[in-house]
Formats: sequence, structure tokens, C-alpha cells
Amino acid sequence: MASTTQLPIPPSPATRTIAEKPAVRSKGPGRMRPNLLGGLGGWLWLAVIIVPIYYVVITSFKNQAGFFTSNPMLPATEPTLDNYKLVLDNNFARYFANSLIVTLGTVLPALLVSFMAAYAIVRGRGKFLSLTNNLFLLGLAIPLHATIIPIYWMITKAHMYDTLLALILPSVAFAIPVSVLILSNFMRDVPNELFESMRLDGCSDWAMMWRLALPMTKPAVITVGIYNALHVWNGFLFPLILTQSPATRVLPLSLWTFQGEFSVNIPAILASVVLATLPLLVVYVIARRQLLSGLTAGFSK
Amino acid sequence: MAVLGSTNRGVRDSGPSGWLAVPALVFFLAFAVIPLIGVVFLSFTSWNGLGEIKLQGLASWTTVLTDPVTGNALVVTAKVMFFSFIVQAPVSLLLGVFTAGGQKYRAALAVLYFLPLLLSSAAVAIAFKALLDPNFGLGPGFNLPILAQDWLGNSDLVLFVVVFVIAWQFVPFHTLIYQGGVRQIPASLYEAAEIDGAGRLRQFWNITLPQLKYTIITSSTLMVVGSLAYFDLIFVLTGGGPGYSTRLLPLHMYLTGFKANDMGAASALGVMLIVIGLGLALLLQRLGGKNRNASQLEGA
Repeated sequence: MASTTQLPIPPSPATRTIAEKPAVRSKGPGRMRPNLLGGLGGWLWLAVIIVPIYYVVITSFKNQAGFFTSNPMLPATEPTLDNYKLVLDNNFARYFANSLIVTLGTVLPALLVSFMAAYAIVRGRGKFLSLTNNLFLLGLAIPLHATIIPIYWMITKAHMYDTLLALILPSVAFAIPVSVLILSNFMRDVPNELFESMRLDGCSDWAMMWRLALPMTKPAVITVGIYNALHVWNGFLFPLILTQSPATRVLPLSLWTFQGEFSVNIPAILASVVLATLPLLVVYVIARRQLLSGLTAGFSK
Repeated sequence: MAVLGSTNRGVRDSGPSGWLAVPALVFFLAFAVIPLIGVVFLSFTSWNGLGEIKLQGLASWTTVLTDPVTGNALVVTAKVMFFSFIVQAPVSLLLGVFTAGGQKYRAALAVLYFLPLLLSSAAVAIAFKALLDPNFGLGPGFNLPILAQDWLGNSDLVLFVVVFVIAWQFVPFHTLIYQGGVRQIPASLYEAAEIDGAGRLRQFWNITLPQLKYTIITSSTLMVVGSLAYFDLIFVLTGGGPGYSTRLLPLHMYLTGFKANDMGAASALGVMLIVIGLGLALLLQRLGGKNRNASQLEGA
């Protein structure tokens, strides 16, 4: 491990066991008598998770009179789509588009620069790179949100207040430490021999990065992309302090403003919650396996 | 093989140049490192957010450190951090072990367990605000008067409600981390234990827990350092109230800066947050052993 001197993370025992290809563990406990206590706990937690979600969904289909008179835990007797119509008529598409722009505008550049940095940190040598890496590691230990006041000051000074770019720039920076960490953890597992043989074929680093390192670390790239996308899509603090007009409003902030505008119309407020979550739910349904296994691999390494 | 590898490494002096790391470094310097320096600088100034920034020495620090609200915010933050940890850590560890089992029904349950990951903090807060309403939520829904408390208006209860909602939102993520950790434990260990006649509890205690050591450190660090970032959920759910009973440090910083327009004092609070976060992260690393440090840390 030539890299241990500059990188303080030796491979974990867990990483090594991956290489040895452990058998899946499912056979182990499965052979024993069924775990009743575990099963009970499992179903109990399911109830904890599902009750709030169920409540939000059924309430969003009630009309206001129904909300005040019916049992809160029973579905609407006359389901209505009026709440959804109200939310959609209140500029929802705009907020959705803003969220999409900010998320893609953050995740793609963050992935690109983090991937390049991870490649340099893992494959390269020298004081500059090890200092850079240590700086990023430090960024992981600091609650970066404590810096919102200078960020607000910089954004207003740069005349970017109330623009989508104001949300994108700091979000990219905040995404870099964890992205570089996960990507370089995976990149370190790519066998050196592969790089050497490409080098002998006369490949440049630029070519090796895209033709070898990228395909070999694809699961990590997907993990990092998903993790950052979830964070940015659901982010609230930057939009709250760096934007104010409806033209730059993103979905999480719109939920909060709907809450103010609709005030006592709880079913409509909850319909906005459902609509704001729906895009991620669709992604989850389509790419669940990829999403969960990616996150598991990325953080358990 | 090893010999080949080491000679090749000698040839590798034409490794990638450092410039590949420069774009990431520039972003990080501009929007993380400079603000970090900036927050220290601003804590020695007076600024209302719009006008001139004036140097004023230690005045902001004196204000912040003598303000009883700051002391209260520190206590509330510590309480939420502590209770969140003792609720979330065991629950997500057990759920991680549970979902890592191969049974089909567990896999199906796991799909539903991870749904809260998809919701924004604002969405979670709004959903619970409605659900916890004493007149139109849980209580009348299940016809149980004990559930019809004024959950968010009672300053004795509200802290625990906040801890519960935080757990609801973040346990799924930690479950995922533990699930991954459990799946990497070699099956041979369990097979050997079974041959030795070790029961389920013994296997959990003697194999699963020790093998998950690093996962536990990772997840715990994320939980503790992460609890310094609980802002949006509490901002929407309680706004820090009733009174100051859920005004955690990050929220206190925001309200001081952007509502009371005292950016100097808010910056001093920001510096406090940074110092506490760094201190806790280092402490947890010490506890967990020196080596595997970095991958356990994550700011958000």
C-alpha cells in the first residue's frame, strides 16, 4: 500500500473480506427456530413508519369539512382531488423545475470535480495532494452549516442573492468532502496492474481516468450521486437564507410557504407534502435496488 | 506478483498531476474554507445583515456568552443529542441486523422502512405537526385520549417529541449502514458458532457486535455530529418553542442572525458550533481507536 503514508485510511477488515468473497449470511440464523421477538419488533417499527405516511396520504384526499368531521385515521368517504389541484395551481411546476435545476446543477459538477480529485489523490503523490485530502477530511468533521452567515454575506456581495446559482455554488462545495471520501475509498480497490498496463499502452492519465477508473468505480459514482441528490433535493437552509422570491423557490421551501398561505387548510398542505415527495418515490420504485445497495456499499466500507 | 507490483510502482513517477484536484479544491476553498475563516472574523464585528460591517472586538462574544438563551440552547442541544443517540443507536442496530437476514418478509419490510429517507425535513415536520394535533390527529384517530396531548405545545413533552421525530427521520439511514455492516460479516463465523452450539443471543453478542465495531463508530459519529445540524426539522416543527424549549444551537444561530439581525452574535454561535463539532468528532475517533478515522466522519 504505497498510499498509506499520505492517506490515513487503511483498508478496513471489512474491505478485505469483500475481496475474499464471503458467502451470503442468510443461511446462518435462518436455520434456527424463527425469531419471534425480532419479527414482532420488525412489525412494530413498520407501524411507526407507516402510520404518519398513511395519515398524510389519506388526509390529502379529504375536503376541509371532511377533515374536521371524520375520523382522522379513516380514509375519506368522498375522496377529492381538489387539494392537489390547488397545490398544482399555486406554481408547483415552477418550484419543481427549480428543485430539478438546483439538484442537477449541484450533483453533476460535484461528481465531476470530486471524481477528478479522488483520482488524483489515489493515483498521485506529493505534498499538495495529501494536504488537499486532509483539508477535505477536515470538512467532514465540521458542521459546515455553521458558516451560513459568511456565505450569505458572500452571496449578497456577489449580487447572486435570490438566484438559483446562489444555491448551487455552496451546495457543490459542501458535497465535495463526502464525495471524495467515498470515491477514493472505492478507487483504491482498483488493481494497480490495470493502470500499469494501460500506461504501457501509452495512455494518458486523462484517458485512464475515464476509460478505466470510471467504469471500475461506477457503483461508487452512483452512490455519491444519489446521496448528494437526496441532500440537495431536500435541502432547506440554503434556500431559506439565500432566496426569497417565488421565482427561485424550491420544493422544500414551498412546503413551508404553502403552510403559511393555506394556514388552516391542512388537507391541501398535506397534498403539497405528497406532491413534493412523489418524484423521489418514483425514483425509489424504479431504482430501489440500485439506490439501497449503493448507499449500503458507500457507507459500510 | 508482489515483486512486479513494487517495481512497477517505481515507474509510476508520472502519476497524475495535482491539477486534477484543483477544481474541487477551488470550490471547497471558496465556499467552505473562506466562510470558515469568515465566520471567525464576523464574530468580532457588528453587522445587521444589510449595512456596514464594523469591527467591535469581543462585544458579540460577551453578548452571546452572557445571554442565558445561549446556555439554554447548549443544554437543549446536549439533551437532544443524548436522547437521540440512545434512541437511534440501538433501534438502528437491531433493525440493521433484522433487515440483513435473508427472509423474504424482512426484505419486504425493509423496502418500507426506508421510505422516510425520501422525505425532506420540511415535509416530515409538516406531516408530524398535523398528525400530533390533539383535535384532528392521532388521539381522536385511534380514540385514545393519551395520544391526544398537546404534544408540541407542552414544554415538558416537546423535547421528546422532537427526539422521536428525529429518530423517525434518521433511523432508516443508520439502519442501512448497519445492514451493510452485517452483510459483510463472514458467514463462516456464524457457522462455526452454530457448530459450537451458540444460541442466537450469544452469536449476536460474541460475533455480530464485535464485528460491527467500525460500523458502530461510523454510525455513532454521524449521529452525534449530525445532531449539530438539526435545523430545518425543528424550525418547521416547533420554531424553537414553546418558549425556548426546543431552541437548539443551530436554530438559535439562525434566529439570532436572520430574525434578530445580529450577525456578529450569530457568527459567534457559529464558531461555537464548529468547535463543538470538531471536538466531538475527535473525541469519538479517540474512543474508537486511531486508525480508521476518516470514513466515520460526515458533516451533514
